[in-house]
Amino acid sequence: MHLAYPAVLAALLFCTGLYGVLARRNAILVLMSVELMLNAVNLNLVAFDVWLRDTLHAGQALTLFVIAVAAAEIGIGLAIVLMVHRARGTADVDRLRDSVESDAADEAAVKSAEDAAAESARAEAAARAKKAEATA
Amino acid sequence: MTPLAAGPGFLSPTGVEIAFVLVGLVTLGAAVITVTTRQLVHAALWLVVALGGLAIEYLLLTAEFIAWVQVLIYVGSVVVLLLFGLMLTKAPIGRSPDADSENRWVALAVAVTAAVALVWVVVDAFRTTWIELDGPAQGSTEVSGQFLFRHWVLPFEALSVLLLAALIGAIVLSRKSGKEQR
Repeated sequence: MHLAYPAVLAALLFCTGLYGVLARRNAILVLMSVELMLNAVNLNLVAFDVWLRDTLHAGQALTLFVIAVAAAEIGIGLAIVLMVHRARGTADVDRLRDSVESDAADEAAVKSAEDAAAESARAEAAARAKKAEATA
Repeated sequence: MTPLAAGPGFLSPTGVEIAFVLVGLVTLGAAVITVTTRQLVHAALWLVVALGGLAIEYLLLTAEFIAWVQVLIYVGSVVVLLLFGLMLTKAPIGRSPDADSENRWVALAVAVTAAVALVWVVVDAFRTTWIELDGPAQGSTEVSGQFLFRHWVLPFEALSVLLLAALIGAIVLSRKSGKEQR
């Protein structure tokens, strides 16, 4: 087989994935496009390994490692996307523009905690005053 | 053009080459649909076709073990994970009008430029290179086991540690934080 066939197919698949990464808005679709790009590289690795008849078979070993790393990457990536979706309510990469964590829920939680602390301090002061009154 | 005469020409393809090109066209078409369809679940299902087509390409290149690993890991688990992710982020079933961002024409220009440049360079470099597929398979299970556990044991074990770290990281990231649990 001509080496040009797998090499051209890998180049075209890579560019398809590149378009997907740049053009998609949903974070999960971006992850799918990244998978396409990784697979294009894998095809290149296998084709060149078979062509070179390497005794160490470095290309195929690296392909297996890339597949395992891609599985790890997709797991972590999806966990991050789910966390972002839970915190912000969207998985749309165009709408995630702020780099600082500033959602309203956190601020409300902090405020309610402060309120509770102030209230308990007030209750404690009242109790102390009552006790002082009683001892007097 | 003299080097073209040295090896087998492009005008008399072998059966393996014809099969490779046909499966490659299906794979490329599925990949293009994956990155352009507006239905998010369909994108994941077309990704199955593209990855399965790549597994067949590995088989045609006599890398059998990698082909079955591809089927097991990509088609079996990665796509299922992606479908779970689509489900858990409440992706709309049916057409979603905002699947592509506004800069898709810039993205298309970048991708087409990269494709033209890469295909030109690759064809120019490997026009006359011939892969000899006859003889024993280059990636049968026996060969894979031998090279993996004879020469690549240390990276293999390091990879298992990486997978464990990724597993723990995914669990830590996706469980609810301690504040909400109390």
